[in-house]
Amino acid sequence: MSIGHTLLGLLESGPRHGYDLKRAFDEKFGHDRPLHYGQVYSTMSRLLKHGLVEVDGIEAGGGPERKRYAITEAGITDVERWLATPEKPEPYLQSALYTKVVLALLTHRDAADILDTQRSEHLRSMRILTERKRKGDLADQLICDHALFHLEADLRWLELTAARLDKLRAAVTA
Amino acid sequence: MNARQWARDLRMGAKFAVAGGREGWTRLLLTAVGVGLGVALLLLTTAIPSALAVRHQREEARLDFTYSQAHRKAADNTLLIADTDTEFRGTDVRGRLVEPEGPQAPLPPGLTKYPAPGDMVVSPALKELLGSGSAKLLRERLPYRVTGTIGESGLIGSRELAYYAGAQHLAERIDGWHVARISRFGPPERTPTEKTDPVLVLLVLVVFVVLLMPVAVFIAAAVRFGGERRDRRLAALRLVGSDGRMTRRIAAGEALAGSLLGLVFGTVFFLIGRQAAGSVEVLGISVFPSYLNPTPVLAVLVAIAVPAAAVLVTLFALRGVVIEPLGVVRTARPARRRLWWRLLLPLGGLAMLYPMIGQGRGNGDFNQYLVIGGVVLLLVGVTALLPWIVEAVVARLGAGGVAWQLAVRRLQLSSGTAARMVNGIAVAVAGAIALQMLFAGVQGDYTKQTANDLSRAQMQVNVPKDVPLSAAAGRFAGTRGVRKATALASDDFGDRPWDKGPDITSQVTIGDCAALREVASLPSCHDGDVFLVQGGEYDTDTPKLAKPGRRLYFDTSDGVDRGPEVTWTVPHGLKQARSVDDPTGVRRGGFLMTPAAVPAGMAAAVSKTVFLSLDASMPDAREYARNTAAEIDPTAVATVWASSEQSRKFTSIRTGLLVGATCVLALIGASLLVSQLEQLRERRRLLSALVAFGTRRRTLSMSVLWQTAIPIALGLLLASAVGLTLGAVLLRMTNTTVAVDWPGVLTMTGVGAGVVLAVTLLSLPPLLRLMRPEGLRTE
Amino acid sequence: MTRTAPPAGSLLAAQDLHKTYGPTTALDGAEFSIHPGEVVAVMGPSGSGKSTLLHCLAGIVTPDSGSITYDGRELATMGDAQRSALRRSEFGFVFQFGQLVPELTCVENVALPLRLNGTARKEAERTALAWMERLEVDDLARKRPGEVSGGQGQRVAVARALVTDPRVLFADEPTGALDSLNGERVMELLTEAARSAHAAVVLVTHEARVAAYSDREIVVRDGKSRDMERVV
Repeated sequence: MSIGHTLLGLLESGPRHGYDLKRAFDEKFGHDRPLHYGQVYSTMSRLLKHGLVEVDGIEAGGGPERKRYAITEAGITDVERWLATPEKPEPYLQSALYTKVVLALLTHRDAADILDTQRSEHLRSMRILTERKRKGDLADQLICDHALFHLEADLRWLELTAARLDKLRAAVTA
Repeated sequence: MNARQWARDLRMGAKFAVAGGREGWTRLLLTAVGVGLGVALLLLTTAIPSALAVRHQREEARLDFTYSQAHRKAADNTLLIADTDTEFRGTDVRGRLVEPEGPQAPLPPGLTKYPAPGDMVVSPALKELLGSGSAKLLRERLPYRVTGTIGESGLIGSRELAYYAGAQHLAERIDGWHVARISRFGPPERTPTEKTDPVLVLLVLVVFVVLLMPVAVFIAAAVRFGGERRDRRLAALRLVGSDGRMTRRIAAGEALAGSLLGLVFGTVFFLIGRQAAGSVEVLGISVFPSYLNPTPVLAVLVAIAVPAAAVLVTLFALRGVVIEPLGVVRTARPARRRLWWRLLLPLGGLAMLYPMIGQGRGNGDFNQYLVIGGVVLLLVGVTALLPWIVEAVVARLGAGGVAWQLAVRRLQLSSGTAARMVNGIAVAVAGAIALQMLFAGVQGDYTKQTANDLSRAQMQVNVPKDVPLSAAAGRFAGTRGVRKATALASDDFGDRPWDKGPDITSQVTIGDCAALREVASLPSCHDGDVFLVQGGEYDTDTPKLAKPGRRLYFDTSDGVDRGPEVTWTVPHGLKQARSVDDPTGVRRGGFLMTPAAVPAGMAAAVSKTVFLSLDASMPDAREYARNTAAEIDPTAVATVWASSEQSRKFTSIRTGLLVGATCVLALIGASLLVSQLEQLRERRRLLSALVAFGTRRRTLSMSVLWQTAIPIALGLLLASAVGLTLGAVLLRMTNTTVAVDWPGVLTMTGVGAGVVLAVTLLSLPPLLRLMRPEGLRTE
Repeated sequence: MTRTAPPAGSLLAAQDLHKTYGPTTALDGAEFSIHPGEVVAVMGPSGSGKSTLLHCLAGIVTPDSGSITYDGRELATMGDAQRSALRRSEFGFVFQFGQLVPELTCVENVALPLRLNGTARKEAERTALAWMERLEVDDLARKRPGEVSGGQGQRVAVARALVTDPRVLFADEPTGALDSLNGERVMELLTEAARSAHAAVVLVTHEARVAAYSDREIVVRDGKSRDMERVV
């Protein structure tokens, strides 16, 4: 999961202070692993350096926690590209996929597209595994089956999520 | 297993039947209507014996024996009565002229007092007829004033046409034939042990059996309407924990509900039919609704037997079926059907009928039990043989198109269902064919004998003695619709006066030259001539009597009284004539006399017959002739020569049989349709799949046609074979020439085939609807 | 949605299909194309219109609007009889269940499409048996569908679908009623047989593992289609 892209995505709906960003992240994605402030600031300075965000204003008193960040055009393009890029099919993807879906909803993008793209990517892997299984011996078949079932589980989860997009949108934008 | 449990399960089943939603109601109604029709027919059958008994009683109570030779003196308690029965457009009219001779004169049933001379009392049906515009001719024939109606007790049917008219001077017409003096109505004291014609009894028995058998088969089929859907419901019951026996009883309960409702329907149908029966006439027979009271014992029997049969049939039908919680399994491969016991039934039937072969009409009664048993066994044999035949034939059917293959395979898998559906049709057709053969054969015997030459005359009128011959002929010659009237008087000469009894006799025929030419070829003829006829039948004495100068005695008796003595002397110069067939097909012998040669006193003492040749193109020619006859004398007897009449009656019997059989077949067709539709609905997905991969609709429609047509064709074939066998055996029993009534066979099998076609056509629209691709949709 | 020409060389293609059943919209501008010998999975949630798309492509259902071309011919211009003939000779079908005629034996079921095309019975059954051998169900030839397992029945159905050497095989949830092992075997045999016969396969499924036997997939959602290859 890319924290940088996630924070960028959060900024897309409007400029925020660093602590605001942390709070929003924790609330929406960091249920079991809240971000440290340090992570926020180091990520933001990296984004600043790449020109994906800019400082929108500094409140009196100085210090990093007083800086307000805003996303740049380049930042928006970067989020866009990130969302459109499927995750590499591998086990335990859900946190990354979930983040993407929620961000897409928050930024009023088509979350179903993300699912379709991801399904396509999963299928590509599954085709390769199926092909290998067809040509391989029993050991290959069993190993491939393990991977196939995991990928299938991801996809089922995706389908389920897709079927509940409306509910989810209502929940995250509330 | 106790009774309470039975009752509970049956009740539960009944509840399912009633609470099945629209589908359930439709099924229940179908069952009830089917059973109801059967029950109505059964009730009617149970009512027929009592109806016939009542009819018979009434008929006996009004008997008036005019055919009495006994000489009776006029007294306070005597009545003069003349039989003036006539016919109006093919319907019999019972007519009597009455003249009471004293205050104690007996009243016929249904009358409260005698009509005055010139008045008449009529039956309600005759009153109605006379009041209608179409009966002008009949009104002219009965020129009496209507003063009352005959009560029900004096009539044997609601549609009977009858009248009693007051008359005068009947005493002088007493003839021991149509006019008599009587002192009471009713059967004579010494009732001769009247024996019913055994052939008639046979006919009645066979009609009953033949009509009731398909009804039984149909009721059995009706309680199983919608069986497959029911099976699924039963499976669901098993799933929630009822055991196998319980399920069966619940199924029986459903059938019970249908049959109970059917009893109600049947009673209603019967009551409607009973009321309607009062206003219809079948084969000239009508009855009063009050006659049609079912014999109580038999009615109770029907009320118990039908529901009981419904329960038993259901339990019996489910014996080969295992109801599992997840569905109904018909015992996968039923044991191959065995032939031997199925053959036993019809063979047993033949064996029971065999001893009676050739007994005929004259050799006493048929054993009723053997007749019924034999016919029933033969017909039941059809239902037993058919499943075997269908299975055996279908198993051998092979090559053919796709439609054929689909149908044959389907039949192979469930030939029993198919055979069951066709059983009713087969039994009905077999019975109907046998009956028609019997009717045709027996009827043929009755009509064959008449020698009357219908091309020369179609009607004969017997005119009383006191009407002059020339007047009678003249009156008829002037009647509309009469082409030619030939008036002939006949009598006998004896060698001695008739009160002593002559030793040898000869015939004499009186008529004008034209009339005489109808009975002999005359060289020349003038009024006053007398001819001696050569070539007459049974004419041996004439040469002995035809000696000029010999005195001969006329027979002037009227059947009761001896008449005056009239003699005739054989003249010289008898002309010779050669006898030819007269209009009745007889060659007369003896003497022919022209009117001027007839001695005085003789003209009024001989009976006269007028032979009428009618204009066939005029529909009411007969009625005009009858009116003229009645005008000449009310007691003149007009007879229409028969053969056409007979065949008309036969036609109506055949029509009746055809209508009855068609109704039964239509009913069975309806049940076929129901099961066909149910089957189609079940195969909805399969049909759609078949259409998806390009099966032509025609192929599927044809397969549905074959599927019905194959078993029905087999059924009709078997039915024809059994029907012809039964018909032949019955004809042999009555000693009648065995002749196959092919039109009858063809009609019945044709109707059967028509039912197949109708069922197929009616199941096509739903089939086409089911074949729509929507059937493939799963979402 | 803009209307685009079908990709060059496609065997069966559909553009801008619309179809409604009463108040429900089954197809709302769906597109499709398949090349000879290609296996295309049609995916999507239930009720999305994927079966309707298959029915339209196979000429079983006529779309309200849009065009379907098969081998350069427009299906809409054909009559029902012509489309039936097309289905008999050029297409093959496998459904989820309920497609085998229960009273015919398995070999007769497989031979049925050939017989519908007028092939003599003996010859049809010989060809049928050969296909049954390829699908490893030749030992069931004389059994009736009620006497074989679901997986065997489905393989019989595949043999029946391929017996006419169709150019397009339509499979609607062919493994829907089977467990994973049987389903996999059916898919393996189906795709192998189809590839060796160079038949295109339109495979409607909601299962990813079944779709993994395809070359590419099309997603149908709310009556609209998405060709994932052309998007990515």
